[in-house]
Amino acid sequence: MLALIANLSYIQFFNSAELRHKPGNQRVLLAEYSKQRGPILISSDPIAQSKTTNDALKYLRTYANGPTYAAATGFYSFVYGATGIEQQENDVLSGSDNRFFVDRLQQLFANRQPQGGAVELTINPRAQKAAMDALNGRTGAVVAIDPSTGAILALASSPSFDPNRLASHDTTDMQNYWQYLNENPKQPLLNRPLAMTLPPGSTFKLVTAAAALESGNYRADSTLPGPASIGLPNSTHRLGNWTHNSCGYNDKTTLDNALAVSCNTAFAWLGMKLGEDAISEQAKKFGFGTSFAVPMNAATSVFPSGLDKAQTAMSAIGQFDVQATALQMALVGAGIGNDGVVMRPFLVSQVLGPNLKVLENATPQQFSRAMTAANARALAQMMMHVVDRGTGSNARIYGVAVGGKTGTAETSAGSPAHAWFVGIAPAVNARVAVAVVLQDGGGATEISGNGLAAPIARAVMQAVLDK
Amino acid sequence: MTDLIRLRKISTRRSAEGSALALAWLVGLFAWVLVDLATGNDLKSGFVPLGCVGVLLLTAHIVVRWQAPYADPVILPAVAMLNLLGLAMIHRLDVSNQKLADIRGVAAPTPDVYLQITWLAVGLLLFCAVLFIITDHRRLQRLTFTCGVTGILMLFLPLIPGVGVEINGAQLWIDLGVFTIQPGEIAKILLTIFFAGFLVTRRHSLALINRKVIGIGFPRAKDVGPLLIVWAAALLVLILERDLGTSLLIFGLFIVMLYVATGRRGWVILGGLLLVVSSFLAFKTFGHVRIRFSVWLDPFSQATDNGYQIVQSLYGFANGGVFGTGWGRGYPQLVPFAKTDFITSALGEELGLTGLIAIILLYVLTIERGARAAVATRDQFGNLLAIGLTTAIGLQTFIVIGGVTRLIPLTGLTTPFLSYGGSSLVANYILMALLLRVSNSARKPEDSDLAVVGLSS
Repeated sequence: MLALIANLSYIQFFNSAELRHKPGNQRVLLAEYSKQRGPILISSDPIAQSKTTNDALKYLRTYANGPTYAAATGFYSFVYGATGIEQQENDVLSGSDNRFFVDRLQQLFANRQPQGGAVELTINPRAQKAAMDALNGRTGAVVAIDPSTGAILALASSPSFDPNRLASHDTTDMQNYWQYLNENPKQPLLNRPLAMTLPPGSTFKLVTAAAALESGNYRADSTLPGPASIGLPNSTHRLGNWTHNSCGYNDKTTLDNALAVSCNTAFAWLGMKLGEDAISEQAKKFGFGTSFAVPMNAATSVFPSGLDKAQTAMSAIGQFDVQATALQMALVGAGIGNDGVVMRPFLVSQVLGPNLKVLENATPQQFSRAMTAANARALAQMMMHVVDRGTGSNARIYGVAVGGKTGTAETSAGSPAHAWFVGIAPAVNARVAVAVVLQDGGGATEISGNGLAAPIARAVMQAVLDK
Repeated sequence: MTDLIRLRKISTRRSAEGSALALAWLVGLFAWVLVDLATGNDLKSGFVPLGCVGVLLLTAHIVVRWQAPYADPVILPAVAMLNLLGLAMIHRLDVSNQKLADIRGVAAPTPDVYLQITWLAVGLLLFCAVLFIITDHRRLQRLTFTCGVTGILMLFLPLIPGVGVEINGAQLWIDLGVFTIQPGEIAKILLTIFFAGFLVTRRHSLALINRKVIGIGFPRAKDVGPLLIVWAAALLVLILERDLGTSLLIFGLFIVMLYVATGRRGWVILGGLLLVVSSFLAFKTFGHVRIRFSVWLDPFSQATDNGYQIVQSLYGFANGGVFGTGWGRGYPQLVPFAKTDFITSALGEELGLTGLIAIILLYVLTIERGARAAVATRDQFGNLLAIGLTTAIGLQTFIVIGGVTRLIPLTGLTTPFLSYGGSSLVANYILMALLLRVSNSARKPEDSDLAVVGLSS
């Protein structure tokens, strides 16, 4: 009998916290469902909140404009668990966060139903709506960042899903919808801006250009070779320009012009001159190799290592094994637009108690200094030229000096390419940096970056700047 | 003469029993009302059923006053308290089932608690009947072999085709048309009487020592027969009825009684060895035993199939923590068989560690009082009988609570007085009546008048 008591003490006292947090322990979920979960707010408006119902689960989670914000909110389902902010900020929303201890005591003594806290997001509703509208159901992702703080202004994944139908208490509909989402080849549940890495294509030339400027050996007006095609060492493959022409008179071009017309041969040559280490170092400073928790964990973007000359050349133009998330490419733009300083991206601006008292304000944190301010400004200027007279014409906004870079990435020969655009507006002291990627965008030329992705970036930047 | 009456009253302590019973009944009523309060049920729902229980307990108390005035005053209130807590928890789970049925839009299942109260009535009536009919427990000694034969018969009755029914994978029940009963529970008592009667006559030869190993005497080879027979019977129960719990209970019971009768540790070691051997054989031979063991060792890797019950049970205990969620505020309905095998985990969730320790102490109290009666009994048969009955309750409690808390592998047994189940409740009340009968003779002055005179002179 003593053994029984000892064992019970172990289970119910020493081991109880561990048992309570075992996955599959329904009691925790049930307990969460029996109290009012706090809302997720954007500009003080709830985009997710729990409303009282008459059925077994006392509260129903409802999402205003569910599909629009799904990439940020995630879903909260009785059957399928939680994702996104619903998962990451669960302690706050469910009210079990230790910071709520005093509130819980008050609720206990006042015999009030316990309530969860609220989470306010950095999302700009106009930018988010612009991004989703511009994506218009096409497969792709948009991330917009405030370069001076790292606050995420838009986080869009398309095609999206409706979290309302996963939070539903109608289990049959929920199951059907879940099955539909999981069998859909376009993977609506994939958080594309954070979780999907793709070759960034020519947008990666921003990183190579930054490395060139930072090396001290090149300036915007430095002359580079820019023939129609160049041979790669130890390879029969010839790397050509998308125009099939040389990038300037007498097969020569400037760094500035090479970026503006997205000259593959010039950047491939530059890549070989700079070498793997310099480009890799520069990429790391922009955030490659780091998994950012925004608080959802973003996939780690990769610049490959152990490259030979030919591979370095291909990597310098964002091909070979370079992989980047949309978030990462937005960070590249943001670093350039913020005088070379890369801020850590974040999605939660405030944590509020059940009484909506502010418990925590997000403090912007510097991630790294990627470039000197002078070099950053020079590169921003070059990005302006991309939009003014280069490949990024569709990003122009009247009265704003927009900077940008187009990109088209082939995954394998013959299959449709991905269309990219990285934009900053205004180019110097930028107020917004945006990265757009459309998967399988169509034609394998730079035109798709400008034709498909740039208008989306433009719409988002316009929404942020209120132009 | 006034002196004499006063002394006699003090020595019986029947009023203490009455007050303790009233207190237990009040706690049971409060528990029931708290369930209704927390679940939003009708607050008066417990008045009629608990009123009936109150009348039944009062009747039992009066019969004890009349038929066994010297019996231990703590045993009946302690088991009544357990029974009342069990009723409140069964009611609480009924309410949950009702709610679940409402949500699903199906007809609500019949509440089990009223049937349990009916069984309680049967149990208490038989409790009184035993006190009336068996006026002296020594008369049972004459029935030693009758009890033995009936006990064995009862044990294997469910195996007869057409009589026995299989429920939840174990062949333990017999179908009486209107309801099913578990004769194994009655067999437990009959076998205890048989063991006691048998060991009383044989204890001297069984205590003989053949040789000593490290200071511990071992019995003679020719005396090992009875132990082997009981072992074989227990094995048969395990093999034929797939009932690990009863098998363990009967074998454990015999070992303890053998040890008490002879005072030889050698028997315990021999029994332990046989237990290890049979456990090993069972593990090797039977799939269901192997599953039990693997679930015991690592339930979480099979949390969705074989380990589901025990994992849910552990989650319940953990959710209760030290002070519990309170009546009606936990989720004990998530544990399968919460009303029967897993009622401890339901109580552990809602009453917490503190509540469960109190419940275990109620068992400890019952066992201690039973043991005290055994020690104080003047005849060897009564001594062994009381020890056996007490051991049966204690062992059963340990096996089932140890099982649901993963201290030992899980075996299917009811928790005495707490679990839902008619046979178990009725059998355990009969068992308590026998224990009180022995206790009465233990505490009764040899010749009451003389004893009192002796005290007053």
